[in-house]
Amino acid sequence: MEQTSNWLSLAIWVPIVAGFAVLATGGDQNARIARALALLGAVAGLLVTVPLYTRFDSATSAMQFVERTPWIERFNVFYHLGVDGISMLFVLLNSFITVLVVVAGWQVIRTRVSQYMAAFLIMSGLMNGVFAALDAMLFYVFFEATLIPMYLVIGVWGGPNRVYAALKFFLYTLLGSLLMLVAFLYLYNETGGSFALADWYRVPLSLEAQVWLFFALFAAFSVKVPMWPVHTWLPDAHVEAPTGGSAVLAAIMLKLGAYGFVRFSLPILPDAARDPYVSGFMITLSLVAVVYIGLVALVQADMKKLIAYSSVSHMGFVTLGFFIFNAYGVEGALVQMISHGFVSAAMFLCIGVMYDRMHSRLIADYGGLVNTMPKFAALMMLFAMANSGLPATSGFVGEFMVIMGAMQVSFWIALCAATTLIWGAAYTLWMYKRVIFGAVANERVAALTDLDARELVVLGSLAVAVLGMGIYPLPLTEVMHASVNDLLKHMAAGKL
Amino acid sequence: MLRLIWLVPALPLAGFVVLAASGGRLDRRSIAWIGAGSVGLAALAAIAVAAAFVAAPPPAGAYTQVLWHWIEAGDFSARASLYLDPLAIVMMLVVAGVGFVIHLYSVEFMRGDEGYNRYFAYMNLFVAAMLLLVLAGDLAFLFVGWEGVGLCSYLLIGFWYRDAVNGAAAQKAFIVTRTGDAAMAVGLFLLFASLGTLDIQGIALRAPGAWAPDAAPVVAATALLLAGAVGKSAQLPLQVWLPDAMAGPTPVSALIHAATMVTAGVYLIARNHVLFALAPAVQYAVAIIGALTLLGAGGAALAQHDIKRVLAWSTVSQIGYMFLALGVGAWAAAIFHFMVHAFFKALLFLAAGVVIQALGGEHDIFRMGGLRRRLPLAFWAFLVGGASLSALPLVTAGYYSKSLILDAAWASPQGGAWLWAAAWVGAALTGLYTFRVVFQVFFGAGATTDTHRVGWPIRIPLAVLMLLSVIGGFVEAPQVAGRLEAFGHFLASALPPLQPAVAPGTGFALGVAEGIASFGGIALAYAFFLRRRSIAALVARSAIAAALHRLLESGWGFDRLDDHLLVRPYLALARRLRADLADPGYDALAAAAAAAHRGLSRSQNGRVRWYAGGIVVGSILLVGAGVWL
Repeated sequence: MEQTSNWLSLAIWVPIVAGFAVLATGGDQNARIARALALLGAVAGLLVTVPLYTRFDSATSAMQFVERTPWIERFNVFYHLGVDGISMLFVLLNSFITVLVVVAGWQVIRTRVSQYMAAFLIMSGLMNGVFAALDAMLFYVFFEATLIPMYLVIGVWGGPNRVYAALKFFLYTLLGSLLMLVAFLYLYNETGGSFALADWYRVPLSLEAQVWLFFALFAAFSVKVPMWPVHTWLPDAHVEAPTGGSAVLAAIMLKLGAYGFVRFSLPILPDAARDPYVSGFMITLSLVAVVYIGLVALVQADMKKLIAYSSVSHMGFVTLGFFIFNAYGVEGALVQMISHGFVSAAMFLCIGVMYDRMHSRLIADYGGLVNTMPKFAALMMLFAMANSGLPATSGFVGEFMVIMGAMQVSFWIALCAATTLIWGAAYTLWMYKRVIFGAVANERVAALTDLDARELVVLGSLAVAVLGMGIYPLPLTEVMHASVNDLLKHMAAGKL
Repeated sequence: MLRLIWLVPALPLAGFVVLAASGGRLDRRSIAWIGAGSVGLAALAAIAVAAAFVAAPPPAGAYTQVLWHWIEAGDFSARASLYLDPLAIVMMLVVAGVGFVIHLYSVEFMRGDEGYNRYFAYMNLFVAAMLLLVLAGDLAFLFVGWEGVGLCSYLLIGFWYRDAVNGAAAQKAFIVTRTGDAAMAVGLFLLFASLGTLDIQGIALRAPGAWAPDAAPVVAATALLLAGAVGKSAQLPLQVWLPDAMAGPTPVSALIHAATMVTAGVYLIARNHVLFALAPAVQYAVAIIGALTLLGAGGAALAQHDIKRVLAWSTVSQIGYMFLALGVGAWAAAIFHFMVHAFFKALLFLAAGVVIQALGGEHDIFRMGGLRRRLPLAFWAFLVGGASLSALPLVTAGYYSKSLILDAAWASPQGGAWLWAAAWVGAALTGLYTFRVVFQVFFGAGATTDTHRVGWPIRIPLAVLMLLSVIGGFVEAPQVAGRLEAFGHFLASALPPLQPAVAPGTGFALGVAEGIASFGGIALAYAFFLRRRSIAALVARSAIAAALHRLLESGWGFDRLDDHLLVRPYLALARRLRADLADPGYDALAAAAAAAHRGLSRSQNGRVRWYAGGIVVGSILLVGAGVWL
């Protein structure tokens, strides 16, 4: 048993325990207590992740804040946690978004308040677990467990078609995960009965075995990302999910799949990943996501659907970055994941702000919001620009790095990827124009009130994050360097 | 002193932050002081820095200031750095100086607008981004300014947001330029992939060693940069957005869509002249684009009714001259014309603004007339600006910069008689379309209007720009006007001078020819639009002339072409994809599963005969499989 600190356990269990405490407040007569307690839990959950950054040693690629205790000794399963430069930031991002989601749901959610808040807190702890797990079985448990609260969030607080959407979401992701479990059991056997990721990184595997395993893991992770063409659950899930659900889904849950690729597929199966056919396949799917989905997003009538498709397109950059195997690409992909966490959460929260007032997500019901909601219009402009990759916003940095990495591999890949600057601007600004600009479209728009203090805090803090990361991204990329370089070195060495 | 260079972009940025954060709580006086004051201070800082630079040039002829490390990954490092050399100094002074006078003008011009705070916030942000663009020492950092000015342009074109047309114009401007920007970004990546740096000076140092002239990567990279420049500077075929951009307030058109932002493409090419010199084919393309654009836009300007659209097409055409200069290797001449153009075109827009405001928002020149006496200041300002634009020999700044370009087009090894001829015809066209407006608006019988008094915040900018439109050219003079090369000498360390110079005899002949073009254009305008209006009317009645007029008025029909060729197919394709092709596949899968489920559940009917039959068939299949396999 080795233990260097227990910050990671705190990051996982503080929100979960807080979640159960919130649940214990019971029915809606105690909604005020539930909200206060939820906020307390979320903030505490965020605070305990701060040392992960401040005490992080960016000079080493080794796992830090490691905790290891036997869990199921018969099968050699350990409660084994640790983070490196790749995973650490996601724990922070997740805990940050959770606070915002709790605040955003403050007045909007009026039924089953305690259950709603608890679902998000528990989900937050579980997702921290995914990012921190160094034992594959532990990872699998967390990875699957996150489905349950999200399923409930969509199914209980969602829109009219919520049951269909929740079921679709659940089936897609569950089916993929089953193949992942098979792959895990195979690797368990190959390593002589170990679920430790460190062992899996070292175990020699034939190319054939690697390719099979790659596609087994691909089934799980690609659905979660989601990559084209297994993305179709996402627009439905987003449309039906409540605002907070959409925000967490886009900001964090999609990252679980991308994280799976970089934590499992790349280092465990380096030769399969680098196989020209396999990587070509992955790059092709990524580019299709960037270009084709950019086109689909343009004509969506529903704002949430539009942003959902935009998410698929942006996540295409993440998978593209991973499968070009250079530091620009991989770090760019990680930066893009974090940036997309901020920007997509912000976009969904913006739509939520409008939905709370107008109860419509259809672009056609809006127009001229800037007349009645100038502050909101200004903030949404910033996020729209970040979504279309304007320099000095976070949206630019990741895309810039990924395309730069792609250029090292092929001019044409870079060219295709760079067209996103056009598609992204087209679909985002067209939506913005129709919703925000123009004369007041109808009486309901005329009656709108601008952001209140609570909404201003939520969107304002995201604005600070988006700008800060765009202007000075170095504090984020610095912690990645050692781990990313080590990953690339490990991949270049191969296993054959 | 040079160390204060960071203040130049930082001051307007601070102005933006204060105005944006105030959220409309400031009174108009404070807004004006902050908005115009921050740019004024930036201009003072720019002058101080420039003076210090000239007084004691830094060792290598340039000064670099690293602000912070921006993006780092692998061996890539994009630094947020400022680079000051003579080229940057000229650009910085023009942007900050013209920027300030236009801000001053706006203090009065925009006084009645409810979006006063928003206006100055956007304008300050624009000046900050534009200064960043011209001072950036790293192409990645330059791209921040490049996109930043695009954003401000978008926001200010759509400034009067209630009118949906303005929003559409703003969006068009952003997306058309974004198309060029995407190409430019790819160019940057290509440069980095080949040279391992995006530092502008580093590129200039490494490129000649890395590439032979006309090597594929340098041709591709410069072609991509050119695409970016063409988009931003509204050259063929991406010129379509600029006339529509006139939807913004007039001072915005003066600053962004005439004096500064639209010339960013010229700056980009001049800044990377080492690369373009390595790709003669692309450089030649720059010249061709410039020549075609200056002719096409000059023609389009001739047929416009809206005074601002005349000026917009004129801007496109004048930037065509700058591109022509770049294309024939007369880098300094392009920058010279940029500077002078910034003076007289800003002046023309500001004068037009006074006219438009005096007439209560009237843009149509055919509903104006005889305004000479009622708006004397606007008249004189427009006349001086128009004369400078028409390159009236010797007495206007425009003459010196334009004749330098024509001479270069003739004498340069990359130039030739054809390019010169195009520029010559363009020069005559310029006089014609400019004085068509002058005669139509300020002479003849007039619409009635009360005398419109303007205060000093409008008078001073007009006076300053009038002065500069005249004397701003006396820093460089062609052969025929007594050969002076102060401007070129100042830039020589940043931009190599053109070789060979024009031979004295030829220079004189060219000078006379250029004078004829300028006077000829004005004389034609006088004949058609003042003296013998009946001729113009007669010509206009013929069917061919009417068709030509329609073609020119629509800007050669590019909007319709783009609409049919690009926008509609794109939208149609997108609409077809709305339901997302991938989803029906999964629905089919689900339907198949449901159908199979129904089929199989029918077999569970509780009848023993069916089950027995099933067992028999199954056994046969199993045994059969065992035998055969």
